[in-house]
This record gives sequence, C-alpha cells and structure tokens, in this order.
Amino acid sequence: MAKPLKCDLCDDAATVHLTQIVNNQIHKIDLCESCAEKKGITDPNGYSLADLLVKPGDSAEETAEPIEGGLVCDECGYTRREFKKTGRLGCEQCYDTFESLLSPALAGMHKGERHKGKVPARSLERKTYEDRLSSLESDLQLAIQKEQYEDAARVRDEIIELKKTTRTEEGK
Amino acid sequence: MLIKSIFGGKSEMTESASKKCPVVLMTRIRLARNLSDTPFPGWAKAPQRQEVLETCLPAVASLSQMKRGITAEVEELTELEKQILVERHLISRELSSAPEKAGIVISKDQSVSVMINEEDHLRIQVIKSGYRFKQAWNSVTNVDSSLEDDLDYAFSSQIGFLTACPTNVGTGMRASAMMHLPALVISNQMEKVVRAVNQLGIAVRGLFGEGSDASGSIFQISNQTTLGESEEEIIKRLSSVLKTIIDQEMNAREKILEKDPNKLFDKIGRAYGILQNSHLLSSSECMNLASLVRFGVDLEMFPEKTRNIVDRMFIECQPGHIQHHTGREIDSQDRDAIRSEYLRKQFENIDKPVFAIDETPKPEDQPEAERNEDSKD
Repeated sequence: MAKPLKCDLCDDAATVHLTQIVNNQIHKIDLCESCAEKKGITDPNGYSLADLLVKPGDSAEETAEPIEGGLVCDECGYTRREFKKTGRLGCEQCYDTFESLLSPALAGMHKGERHKGKVPARSLERKTYEDRLSSLESDLQLAIQKEQYEDAARVRDEIIELKKTTRTEEGK
Repeated sequence: MLIKSIFGGKSEMTESASKKCPVVLMTRIRLARNLSDTPFPGWAKAPQRQEVLETCLPAVASLSQMKRGITAEVEELTELEKQILVERHLISRELSSAPEKAGIVISKDQSVSVMINEEDHLRIQVIKSGYRFKQAWNSVTNVDSSLEDDLDYAFSSQIGFLTACPTNVGTGMRASAMMHLPALVISNQMEKVVRAVNQLGIAVRGLFGEGSDASGSIFQISNQTTLGESEEEIIKRLSSVLKTIIDQEMNAREKILEKDPNKLFDKIGRAYGILQNSHLLSSSECMNLASLVRFGVDLEMFPEKTRNIVDRMFIECQPGHIQHHTGREIDSQDRDAIRSEYLRKQFENIDKPVFAIDETPKPEDQPEAERNEDSKD
C-alpha cells in the first residue's frame, strides 16, 4: 500500500482528500480529519459554494491561512465558518461583513455584479425620508446647543415641510 | 377545511387543458424577499421568526389578490395537508419541514402563494397554466409591490434584494417552465439538452424540483443566475432557451414518427390498455402512462378532452392526493389499487387511440406576447 499522505496543515495522516477543478485547473488538498472539520469542509452539501470562494491557484494556501477565520457579523453574530458550512448568510448586514469573500463568489455565480432589476421604490422612499429626518433633527439639536436660533428655526421649518409633503404623499 | 377548499376550486395546475400547449404545461415565477433589520429565517431566533410571521401573515392575507384565500401557520397543518400542498406546487418541501413559525397564504384560485419564513422571510410565487411568463410576471410583481407598501425590504442599490443564499441575490427571481418532453426522453437526447442548457446558466430539474426524478418526462427549466440582469432580461433569455427546447422536442417527435412509428404507437396503445385495465399502479408508473397519453393527445390520437384528465393525473395520482381521496389511512399497496381503480374509471369512456397520422405536429407553444391573450390578471 502507498505511504499515507500527510495533512497539508499538520503532520497527521491525511484522510480527507479534496480535489477541486477551478477554471480547468486541478487543485488537490489533503487534510487530516480534525483539520478538515476545522475548515468546515467535511459537509459535502455545504461545500459547493465554498468551492467558489477559494480563488484558483491558492486553494491550499488560503486553507492554511485562516486570516479571515475570525470574521463575525456585528449585527447578527454570524461567522465565516457558518457561512462556509451552509453557503447562506445570517442577515442583510452579512453582505457587508463578508464582502471580501462574497464579491469574487458573486462574480462567479451570476451574470454581473450590479443589480439591474426592480427597485423597491416605497422602501427606499421611506428610508430616504427617515435618513433625512434624522439628519435634520440632529442639525436642529446642534443649532439649539450652539444657540444659533436662526438656523434652528430654518431647520425646524424644513422638518415641518418634510413631514407635510410625506404625509400628503401617503394620503393619496 | 383547508383541503376542501383546495380541492373545490379550479387550479392553474390542473386546468391547463383549455389552452393548447403541447410542451409547456405551466409557468411559474417566484420572488425571494426579506425584511430589513431582522436576521434571515435560517439564522433568526424563535422570537424573531415569530415577529416576522406576525408582521407578514396579516400583511399578505389582507392583499386584494388573497381575498377568500387560505391563510395558515405551517404548524397547524397535518402531514397529509402539507404533502398535498407540496404535490400541488403551492409550498416547498423545505417549508413543509420548517422548524416553527412558518406560514402560508394561498389565493382562492391557487395561482398565488406566499410562503413566510422559508429560506427567506417571503417567497412570493405565481403559477400560470401554459406558457405565460408575461402574465405571471405582472401578477407576481403586483403582489410584491403591494407588500412593499407596508413592509421594508432588505435591499442594496449595488446588489439588489438581499437573500439568505447569495445565489438568489439581485432580482431574487426564479422563473421556471414545466415542460413535457417525451420525444427527447424516448430518443435519449435529454442528457445532451441538459448539458447544453446548463452552459447557458439555465437549470433543468425534475417535476418536484431539486433532486426529484423526471418521471412523466416532465422537467422544470429555470434561470440559475439572478444578479446582473433585469427580470425582463432573465425571462427573455430563459424564453429563448425554452423556444429552442420546444423546437428540439418537436423535431424529435417528427423523427420518431418518421423512423419508427410502430414503436411509439405500441407505447401509447399499451399505456391506454394499462390505464383501462390495470389493478395496481404506482405513482411513477402512472406518471409515465400519463405522459404517453398526453403525447397521444398532442398527436390527435385521443380526443382533446383527454388532455385535461391527463394533466390532472400528474397531480392527483401523487400519494398524498390518493391518500386524501380515500379518506382513511392506507399503505402504498392499497394506494396503488385505489389509484388504478380511479384511472380505470377515468378511462372507461375514452375511445381507443386512432393510429393514423397524416400530419406532423407543429409547435403551438408561443410566448404570451405573440398569442395576444387577455393580459388582465
């Protein structure tokens, strides 16, 4: 029998052999069971996306260097490991958190990298309104603090105007 | 209660017979949407899922499209009810086994269904019989826009609608056509078609989606990519692939009739014989027989009304439907007996096939735009 391969990460006997074909190039990784589990690649169902995440040419190196291993979403606590395991994300914020992993993956799985379809106009309108309102409100507080009452009065009028126009829109 | 109303009403799935559609049985579009500021269902904690359900269920149920429809929490449904909804393509298998706090709203005519807390907070689906992407899109985008009046969606101007799985990000849209391709299957060309189509970013699956087999020679063909193109562009690209597949199927039909008509007549004649006389029929055998009879209807061997019976067979011979039809707990052997009894009755008065073919079939499936149909939905 051939001599057992050693794990690419530690010196234990490798039992997990992964062959990937990326852009017609074959990449092979040999790992021991515990390293494979650490990298989250033992679950065959969850690994298809991860294939796309490993850039061609540096599959073994990237696996060996868990630079982004500690990446966690501030918003929902989702981890990079979880993402690699399931191929899914935890919340909308995860798209920013894991951006460095996602951008190359999205380019690989879609026709383009920018959305060209339908836009939720009402959601965006409401968001713009809320953003504008909160920025005006903080301007108002600032003006009052600085005792710049002319500015404060102007901002107050703007807020009234903003609320009024939005209400008429909603009343339609 | 739920099941009764499902069976009572007409369904897009079972009434496609009125339209002359030899190849495309039905068209479906679904949109994946998520609420802003809440984790996706797969990662959300139980109270968060509950909150999403409490927000979405009434919002969806109050849509004008859902008037007199069905609204339910998945937990309230029996296993049989869930199975029947899956067999009618109204909910996904994933939703039927969702952990908790998942919901479903189905319109009265069963053409619109919205799943809550499946992979994404909202999965909005519209089914239309025949080849009608335009109507399906108009209908689904209306539901989507009405919901958006009340709900804040997770959206990025860069990459569009944000979904739990990055494979759906962008439009969040999956458009699919259910195609009946018996000649491509008989002449062993399906593998070639699947390979060619996959390279164009189009996926081919069996009748019940991922991992299901293609019994009955029915295939679901859908877009794989959702980002970088508008909905219209995706549908246009998909339609052009569908058109090519329709042409291939029609060519294959002509070729079979030309080269070896007896082989085909034998298959169709036997199918008719079995349906009239068998006493045990499994659901997969039933699907294949239905497929052959439908092929026969396309070739005008059977009267046009037979198409309706066959299209209903595809759905109503599924295990859950047979189980419900019987009204008591039965095992699969009993189901096979009941299924064959039902079909003997259905085929009792169908005249035997006419095996004289003077004309070769012409493709009649055409996109809605060219068919100039009533587009009010």
